[in-house]
Amino acid sequence: MKDIKEILKERILILDGAMGTMLQRYKFTEEDFRGERFKDYEHPLQGNNDLLSLTQPEAIAEVHRKYFAAGADIVETNTFSGTTIAMADYYMEDLVYELNYESARIAKKVADEFTAKEPNKPRFVAGSIGPTNKTASMSPDVNDPGYRAVSFEELRIAYKQQVEALLDGGSDLLLVETIFDTLNAKAALFAIEEVKEERNIDVPIMVSGTITDASGRTLSGQTAEAFLISISHIPILSVGFNCALGASQLVPHLEVLSKKSEHAVSAHPNAGLPNAFGEYDETPDQMAAQIKEYAEKGLVNIVGGCCGTTPEHITAIAEIVAKYEPRKLTVVSK
Amino acid sequence: MNTKNEQRATSNEQRFLKLSGLEPLIVTPETNFINVGERTNVAGSKKFLRLVKEEKFEEALAVAREQVENGAQVIDINMDDGLIDGKEAMVKFLNLVIAEPDISRVPIMIDSSKWEIIEAGLQVVQGKCVVNSISLKEGEEQFLHHAKLIKRYGAAVIVMAFDEVGQADNYDRRIEIAKRSYDVLVNKVNFAPEDIIFDLNIFPVATGMDEHKLNALDFIRATKWVRENLPHASVSGGVSNVSFSFRGNNPVREAMHSVFLYHAIKAGMNMGIVNPSMLEVYDDIPKDLLERVEDVILNRRDDATERLLDFAESVVGKTKESKIDLSWREEPLQDRITRALVKGIDQYIVEDVEEARLAAAKPIEVIEGNLMTGMNVVGDLFGSGKMFLPQVVKSARVMKKAVAYLLPYIEEEKLLNPQEGDSDNAGKILMATVKGDVHDIGKNIVGVVLACNNYEIVDLGVMVPPEKIIAAAIEHNVDIIGLSGLITPSLDEMVHLAKEMERKDFKIPLLIGGATTSKAHTAVKIDTQYNEAVVHVNDASRAVTVVGDLLQKDTSKGYKKSIKDDYDVFREKFLNRSSSKTYKPISAARRNKFKIDWKTSEIVKPNKLGIQVIEDLDLNILVPFIDWTPFFRSWELHGKYPAILTDEVVGEQATELFADAKAMLNKIISEKKLKAKGIFGLFPANSINEDDIDVTLSEVEGRNEEHFTFRTLRQQLQKREGVADYALADFIAPKEFGRQDYMGCFCVSTGFGTAELAAKYEKDLDDYNSIMVKALADRLAEAFAEYLHKEVRMKHWGYAANEDLSNEDLIKESYKGIRPAPGYPACPDHLEKLTIWDILKVNETIGVELTDSLAMWPAASVSGYYFGNPEARYFGLGKIKDDQVKDFAERKNIPIEKAERWLAPNIVD
Repeated sequence: MKDIKEILKERILILDGAMGTMLQRYKFTEEDFRGERFKDYEHPLQGNNDLLSLTQPEAIAEVHRKYFAAGADIVETNTFSGTTIAMADYYMEDLVYELNYESARIAKKVADEFTAKEPNKPRFVAGSIGPTNKTASMSPDVNDPGYRAVSFEELRIAYKQQVEALLDGGSDLLLVETIFDTLNAKAALFAIEEVKEERNIDVPIMVSGTITDASGRTLSGQTAEAFLISISHIPILSVGFNCALGASQLVPHLEVLSKKSEHAVSAHPNAGLPNAFGEYDETPDQMAAQIKEYAEKGLVNIVGGCCGTTPEHITAIAEIVAKYEPRKLTVVSK
Repeated sequence: MNTKNEQRATSNEQRFLKLSGLEPLIVTPETNFINVGERTNVAGSKKFLRLVKEEKFEEALAVAREQVENGAQVIDINMDDGLIDGKEAMVKFLNLVIAEPDISRVPIMIDSSKWEIIEAGLQVVQGKCVVNSISLKEGEEQFLHHAKLIKRYGAAVIVMAFDEVGQADNYDRRIEIAKRSYDVLVNKVNFAPEDIIFDLNIFPVATGMDEHKLNALDFIRATKWVRENLPHASVSGGVSNVSFSFRGNNPVREAMHSVFLYHAIKAGMNMGIVNPSMLEVYDDIPKDLLERVEDVILNRRDDATERLLDFAESVVGKTKESKIDLSWREEPLQDRITRALVKGIDQYIVEDVEEARLAAAKPIEVIEGNLMTGMNVVGDLFGSGKMFLPQVVKSARVMKKAVAYLLPYIEEEKLLNPQEGDSDNAGKILMATVKGDVHDIGKNIVGVVLACNNYEIVDLGVMVPPEKIIAAAIEHNVDIIGLSGLITPSLDEMVHLAKEMERKDFKIPLLIGGATTSKAHTAVKIDTQYNEAVVHVNDASRAVTVVGDLLQKDTSKGYKKSIKDDYDVFREKFLNRSSSKTYKPISAARRNKFKIDWKTSEIVKPNKLGIQVIEDLDLNILVPFIDWTPFFRSWELHGKYPAILTDEVVGEQATELFADAKAMLNKIISEKKLKAKGIFGLFPANSINEDDIDVTLSEVEGRNEEHFTFRTLRQQLQKREGVADYALADFIAPKEFGRQDYMGCFCVSTGFGTAELAAKYEKDLDDYNSIMVKALADRLAEAFAEYLHKEVRMKHWGYAANEDLSNEDLIKESYKGIRPAPGYPACPDHLEKLTIWDILKVNETIGVELTDSLAMWPAASVSGYYFGNPEARYFGLGKIKDDQVKDFAERKNIPIEKAERWLAPNIVD
């Protein structure tokens, strides 16, 4: 299979869109979430999307299939909450390895189907590593700013477990995404480095932060450039932003990354900002028109979608960016 | 797109050091010089140390904020101090800093000599930090290991020009070490070269010693070499060192800093620790001064130092006070008395007091008027941090002399006018070191300082039983009781006394102080026993304010209530905090013991087994082994020796105290005032039943193969995976393994003669020298322990026959094998001292006794074990659980209550 680093020099790669939005279309009930295996589980499980890799594996495979068919080069595994820390909400810490392993395996199987059909357009699986639901450098208690709900060490251990399972399941890349606290991401990167060293392997890493509001900073307060500096200590494939904002609002921040970074630059924004009902209603054409600006300015090497995006959005985006050269990479890795 | 590509091309060619807080900091040729703030460093700032020690983190944050506001582009944070838990303080302070965007916008320099503190710091900061520092000092392997982790945590690093041989002190050594460090980092760790910052050691010039002449120039030349030959690396350093020999003369120091920086920056120094208020603008330096300073910095003429010294006198001549300047003797009487008190000059006090007495209506007025006026000035200066403890104790010496001179006249006056009451002092305070404890330096200091503030002190001395304290308090009708203690069993004595005071319905406040005491223990264990105010006071200056607030009629009630409330809140917080730690059962801890591979581990049979006695050691031998830092700490001067001598705040005072200490030391040695005796033994030993050590007496005349057992305690705090739960027994080969191992134990003392000499000074009303004698005896005892350990390692046991360590290395415990002492962190139970005493027959042979609380008498004594295994290391036991206490009691065959009492400070609440 052709090396992804080579392909990045040739064209803008397409990442998939939202998994959650697609799964909503199935309108799974509590019983569907439970499946046969967890029918007697003592805690409610509806909403635990990652669990569907075990209880509704066909649906997950189908979503991946739709995104590949829509033009995606890379799909993300259904493992956004696949750490012991995030799974504690459902009392499913013990399932973490299996969830990640199965999710990666399902995605890899679909990717292999498509690569077999179109060998000149290899498809990749990115193991999705979410931010967890705790922050290592902010206190959840306003009256006790020195308090921390999670430590670097706890995060490192949790992430390491997830990374090992994602790789065992066949992930081609790792995507540390929706980073609202850089320290969490640093713990994930630390864990990845450990696994790489222990297994004596190299695996391309994508890093994607989240600018949460108009101040142009991450939730933990860093500017785009400070964020970039904080995660540049290990070799990564790409750095970018996702979620939170719509495509247009991301432009100034992508400009910073594009100018200052030696890595490839990625972006997978939401389909605009959520409306009063929490729904995203930017149409594929509206979104693609904004993404066009990224391509015109030569800001990106990888684009896709986050919350509210569908295979239709991805198709529209893929069609637009196909007409443009990717952002030039002079040095890809040190 | 073209323009973008050009930018990218240049940024690849020139790799810049990039750091980040919430905002980026990129060090480019245009940034010129990055100014690192150094006030948040406990080793460099007495104020910051105090704030951290007192957990005044709000104010500590203000120090950090002020630095950033004043233009620091990076803030250096250092928590290396013996009295604070550096790791905990680092994490806590960093967490708070991170929560303050106006501080955390700049990158952080995590500064420590301890790797565990550095790593803990790296784990809580999201931005890209600088680690300060690592070096090849401990060898390449450790250097590589740390560098690899630093890279993985995503930080830049300061590399000290230090290697296995020592610190680089000339041009060639600087570049040799820099080159080697750089090559290792870049080639073996794949460390980004732009993330390497060299600290090439800034040393003083104009010291009068020829070998220091090139110090500045060598640094500057080495800087140039590094910047030209080690691509992308930066150079940093602590600038104030260069002017070390001109301390006290700020105009010259400021000029030296500016000149040094001017040339060093031209050579490529691009970062540094500089106090902005100690910097003259280069162009504003007067031409004549500039020429002489440049001569010195650049070593341009042979007589450069002499010329600058001559000139320097003219720079400060008018402000600096001449030692034989007696013009102050012409001033009015009150000014003279005040000055004598403030400066601690006792030469003329009697004649001045006599003059005052003749002028006064009654002799008591001299005390209440003239002397108290002077002492109030002393109190104010001390309170505002402008005077330091040794000076205050000297003031007290003058005060006591004056009062002693006046007493006969006051008595006479009383006989003439018997209707008049006693002199009107501010209050009566009883001071005592509790039963079983013999340590009194701190108590004496507090007593002296309170006496200076017009309180009457009833000092009951050391080892005072509770019933005697209670009786004396009633008899003297005191207003406050102050208790002191240094060893852990004293904590229980204090609790007991608080209960007694409650039972006897006392209504006076209780003060608690001493090295082992803490606000936490006071709040949780003592305050709850006694309904009146209980206050933990650990330094003399605070004692004055606390006592003042407690006894002032109008504020007393409110203050007592606020104290009670404060301790209630503190206790609640503390108890909540301690519940977050988890402990494992002793059985699980034992399974996770520290495992030495006994198949391959090196076991050296001692050259000489058995017991040896040192009857009267020449004290001169011990002098080089003295660790001076704790000596300064006992006088409440905080900082590391020798840096403390040039500290911005306490340097002058420290230098003066040091000179007095040296003079006293000479007197002690030349007149043989103290006697040093020691005893030690090396024996066959094996660990048995997991946590015990079986020791066989051999080669000791008249004692046939007696067996003794040391009981050791094991850590139970839940730690991260892969970290062992230590007990000292882990360092000795288990019996069942079948290899003969060895261990030793010792007791040394330099306390013989201390009490007599101190008493002599006390009789002369000279508390300053009395405290000095005791503090020095303590230091000599520690030096003796250090010296003997070295002798044991190199000769008697001989496992480290070729060791070559400096005193500094010894202080840092760089030696192989350990000498833990019962009562200290690795083995906090004092009970094992009894076993050492039985084995060595310490009391019978050298006369060091154990008190009820198992303190050693004379106080200046040290005892402990020797472990020789190369993997033996110091550790802190931390808290243990009931299951181990029960097990310990069974093993020792003592009632559980007894075990609980002795281990109380270490049992999980």
